[in-house]
Amino acid sequence: MVEQSLYPNYPKDLEMVITTNQVNFFYGPTQALFDISLLIPAKHVTALIGPSGCGKSTFLRCLNRMNDTIPHSRVEGEISINQKDIYAPGTDVVELRKEVGMVFQKSNPFPKSIFDNVAYGPRIHGEKNQKRLTEIVEQSLQQAAIWDEVKDRLQANAMGLSGGQQQRLCIARALAVGPKILLMDEPASALDPKSTTRIEDLIGELRTNYTIVIVTHNMQQAARVSDYTAFFYEGRLIECDATPKIFTNPRQKQTEDYITGRFG
Amino acid sequence: MMNNSTEKLILFALRLITYAIVLVIGYILFDIIRNGAPALNWQFISGFPRRSGAAGGIFPAIVGTLSLVVGTIAVSLPLGIGGAIYLAEYAEQNKFNTLIRLAIVTLAGVPSIVFGLFGLGIFVLFCGFGPSILAGSLTLACMVLPTIIVASEESLRAVPKGFRDASLALGATKWEMIRTNILPYSMSGMITGSILGIGRAAGETAPILLTVAAFYLPRLPNSIFDQVMALPYHLYILATQHPEADKIRHMQYGTALVLLLLVLGLSLGAILIRTHFRKKFRW
Ligand SMILES: Nc1ncnc2c1ncn2[C@@H]1O[C@H](COP(=O)(O)OP(=O)(O)OP(=O)(O)O)[C@@H](O)[C@H]1O
Ligand SMILES: [Mg+2]
Repeated sequence: MVEQSLYPNYPKDLEMVITTNQVNFFYGPTQALFDISLLIPAKHVTALIGPSGCGKSTFLRCLNRMNDTIPHSRVEGEISINQKDIYAPGTDVVELRKEVGMVFQKSNPFPKSIFDNVAYGPRIHGEKNQKRLTEIVEQSLQQAAIWDEVKDRLQANAMGLSGGQQQRLCIARALAVGPKILLMDEPASALDPKSTTRIEDLIGELRTNYTIVIVTHNMQQAARVSDYTAFFYEGRLIECDATPKIFTNPRQKQTEDYITGRFG
Repeated sequence: MMNNSTEKLILFALRLITYAIVLVIGYILFDIIRNGAPALNWQFISGFPRRSGAAGGIFPAIVGTLSLVVGTIAVSLPLGIGGAIYLAEYAEQNKFNTLIRLAIVTLAGVPSIVFGLFGLGIFVLFCGFGPSILAGSLTLACMVLPTIIVASEESLRAVPKGFRDASLALGATKWEMIRTNILPYSMSGMITGSILGIGRAAGETAPILLTVAAFYLPRLPNSIFDQVMALPYHLYILATQHPEADKIRHMQYGTALVLLLLVLGLSLGAILIRTHFRKKFRW
């Protein structure tokens, strides 16, 4: 349950799905994260903000262990998802990533058909039944609000879609695996305003069923889409609170300076 | 700052060099085709040699070279691609693997006769295969391995990081990621690079000289333990060792032309494979 001293503005009965405790992260000899202790509530949107290079992506990638692939990197501290330490020895990373989906800054559909893109996850997890795959693909595309645009060309190459469509396809592809948590690293930063709005609307719809952690550089976007906001600065978590509180009345001076555009 | 006329001068010089290269290659091709084409007929291609190659056809040599090409592909492609996958995807960046890379690059520069001697020592004598298609293919495979590994590693590394990240984030294991989202896109580059390397090897004389090639063997091989005639070696003999070398120019040119067409065919195959995959996977 929520520690009221640290999170005075969180509802008492808020269920926390991700908890991190004094997390340090190192790229070889350089430390990128210092002592991050953060709670992330279930079925809400949490935004990570902060100046470039402050460690937002690094932190996000710790949550589904994507940093494992970086040579000579190291994590200290504890990260638990549903009370399970995800860095404990013997953790099944495949199971973890089925639970925790990720959407990247640069949309990265595979150079395969739209159908095969969305079916990719279920297929590698052993779904062979064509009827079931078709269902999953349709459902995921609908959830990602792109079904109407692609339903007539599921066999077309995904590379032929527009940037915004590609990003929604990537969201559909992540959803097809059936995650409970969705990590998004600046999912709209490479898109035009109209596509950005669509992605934001989509996040609004997804928040009822998914826990979403989103990194964004866009203050307005954080304010629009998130329920809670965490402010990072130089590898440290400066403050985390309900989004309206952060944007109107932050506790820390650094937060205030950042959101009012005095640096970063 | 370079001014406009220096720029033009450099462009002119580069263009001149290119034309010179094309001219030289064009002349060689022209010479071979002009002198070789009259010799090319069905009898020449499908017939067996007579009078130690002074008359008749070169069918056994064609079969020999083709079987060496097939053998070399069968051995070197899986080994080379496997090695490249290890180096590009699994090997850590440490001193030992740097050393391995260095060894591979060095191996690419080893003279082909050294590979021939190595093949003689290891495959012919030590393994006891005798001079045979097997020993020759293994020797040629050793020779083209560096080319295949380097070309394959490059095309593996060319697959964008985004595909890798996306696969892993969807819960693919490393091997699933490689199998489903790396190999399909790098396959064309790997195969093209490999075939070009093997095409070059098909024309080599030194490595097969001591390991497989027969001086004169007017029959077809029965198994991979048989010796065969091979086009490059046959050409070498006709041109330099044959008592009637001066009188059989048309046989020499004909053989050269067939060898050229064979290598050209391989390259053409490589290009077709590449365009096929390019159309299928583009990003
Ligand atoms: N693979 C890596 N190897 C070494 N250092 C890295 C690596 N990736 C990131 N860093 C460093 O770690 C720090 C945090 O980087 P990170 O990408 O997490 O920042 P960020 O907050 O996401 O920035 P941005 O807003 O620009 O995306 C930076 O100083 C960065 O240079
Ligand atoms: Mg980032």
